[in-house]
Amino acid sequence: MANKRTAGETIFVWFNALILTGLCFVTLYPFVYVAFASFSDPASLAQHRGLLFTPLDINFEAYKAVFNNPMITTGYRNTLIYVAAGTAINLVATAIGAYLLSRRNLYFKNLLMMLIVITMFFGGGLIPTYLLINNLGMLNTIWAMLIPGMIGTFNMIIMRTAFQSVPISLEESAKIDGANDLIILFRIIIPLSMPVIAVMILWYAVGHWNSYFGALIYLRDRELFPLQLVLREILITNTTDNMMTEASGDRMAIADTIKYATIIVSTLPILLLYPFLQKYFVKGVLIGAIKE
Amino acid sequence: MSAAREHPFESRKGKWTTIAKDLRRNKYVYILALPVILYYAVFHYGPMYGLLMAFKDFSIADGIWGSEWIGFEHFRNFFNSYYFERLLRNTVLINVYELIFAFPAPIILALLLNEIRSRLFKRTVQTISYLPHFVSIVVVTGIMFDFLARDGLVNQILGFFGIESIPFMSEAGWFRTLYVGSGIWQGVGWGSIIYLAAIATIDPTLYEAAKMDGAGRWKQMLHITLPGMLPTIIIIFILNMGSMLSVGSEKVLLMYSPLTYETADVISTFVYRRGVLETDYGFTTAVGLFNSVVSFILLVLANSISKRVSEHKLW
Repeated sequence: MANKRTAGETIFVWFNALILTGLCFVTLYPFVYVAFASFSDPASLAQHRGLLFTPLDINFEAYKAVFNNPMITTGYRNTLIYVAAGTAINLVATAIGAYLLSRRNLYFKNLLMMLIVITMFFGGGLIPTYLLINNLGMLNTIWAMLIPGMIGTFNMIIMRTAFQSVPISLEESAKIDGANDLIILFRIIIPLSMPVIAVMILWYAVGHWNSYFGALIYLRDRELFPLQLVLREILITNTTDNMMTEASGDRMAIADTIKYATIIVSTLPILLLYPFLQKYFVKGVLIGAIKE
Repeated sequence: MSAAREHPFESRKGKWTTIAKDLRRNKYVYILALPVILYYAVFHYGPMYGLLMAFKDFSIADGIWGSEWIGFEHFRNFFNSYYFERLLRNTVLINVYELIFAFPAPIILALLLNEIRSRLFKRTVQTISYLPHFVSIVVVTGIMFDFLARDGLVNQILGFFGIESIPFMSEAGWFRTLYVGSGIWQGVGWGSIIYLAAIATIDPTLYEAAKMDGAGRWKQMLHITLPGMLPTIIIIFILNMGSMLSVGSEKVLLMYSPLTYETADVISTFVYRRGVLETDYGFTTAVGLFNSVVSFILLVLANSISKRVSEHKLW
């Protein structure tokens, strides 16, 4: 910098760097600890006190236990199914809805838009929704995981904004060539809106991967449980049960490394993909912001 | 519409021909979008119809329409119940704490990041701070239970300083701190994106002019950067007001236990327990309706106040 800094500014610059470095440590370290602990020998880990900076007596027993646990493998399989099928349905439905709202000459355009925006601020709530799903016979089926959250309204509005920015002349010339709406949407508008589509795929997929609440309410059959619900039992319900019976949060040594390995196995796909996908996620937030 | 203006005496007929023409011209658009329209009708407006249950002595056998009307009895029961005060207090307090601590956090982070001159360092901090946003709340809460256990990492470290072990997760007094704190940990980076974007749109000549006038970095932040972010801050604030009475049940449900109900039980978790687990549908629908009506009123209120004092608004 060409300008001279005052003493106060120099102190601020260093202080700022220190704070942000601290933030990075606090953010990253829990994952680092969990990763190191998952590769540690359960007995050594139980003896150890304080932070970990390397695995203790490297040991893969926990991972063997995780991969041999049918609950986890079934949960993994279910989650993959929900992510793939759910995201596909989300994407097609959101694109169709966005296409409808992006048409300039619809008589009902404003009415439809209003009816849809209302749902962002007001809804029936948990119980009426639950009973509806029940009445539709979706309870305890895969459909309860895929259909009720078919469209994220905010996402649809973002996609509509993107669709509207496709030059109208392209559509008109396609129409003259005899293209119908299906062709215009899938051959012209969607290919020209790929950045937004990519963002939507990522948002929806991560959403499906991480969600547990729908499964908690709608699923009874353990064979259908997604990974997050299995994780909840392994990581949380057990702990609270212990807390209730022993009135303390004491942990069991062997179960511990298995917990850590479970966290790693379930979070790894996102942690690995994250650095490559980051720019898309960020782009998505900004597209949403431009809407205003 | 323009047809109606041209033929004032035929306005009704004109409207219907316009609609008929529209349906004919956009036939395929409507057919294509039918699943979407149905989806909103069934899964968004269907539950709104279900809200009638709040005013009925609902039984599954009689159905929503067939059940007997009881007016506001469910609401009266709720307001008079001994847990009403506790639920309301917990819900509002968690939100107030979030407004005080979690709302400014991403704004401050964005301001700090904006002062960083090294692009590499800035990018690194951003990448790392966004990360927890993508980790599921089940995993975040699971890590909390582990680290904050009686003999967990945090208590081990406290032990080095001779501090006696604290049962964080089973003590009601710690719940709000942990709830809001972990929320900041998970969301501060992600929340800062939108503010950084707002900063990026500020006209750089403003800074040049301020420098000419002898403003230091602190003055520039106070008089240029912050005012530049203000519209965004206000919009996010209004949205937060709308969720003032709706602490999502998802994370509380994972974090709380009967030991911490005193501070942790909020309206939405109560609805989940009484409704889904104990199948008391009519009553909990009323509780949920109370919750969303108050939220909606707060949102409208915040929006109109903001409109009056600052011209920034959601709609």
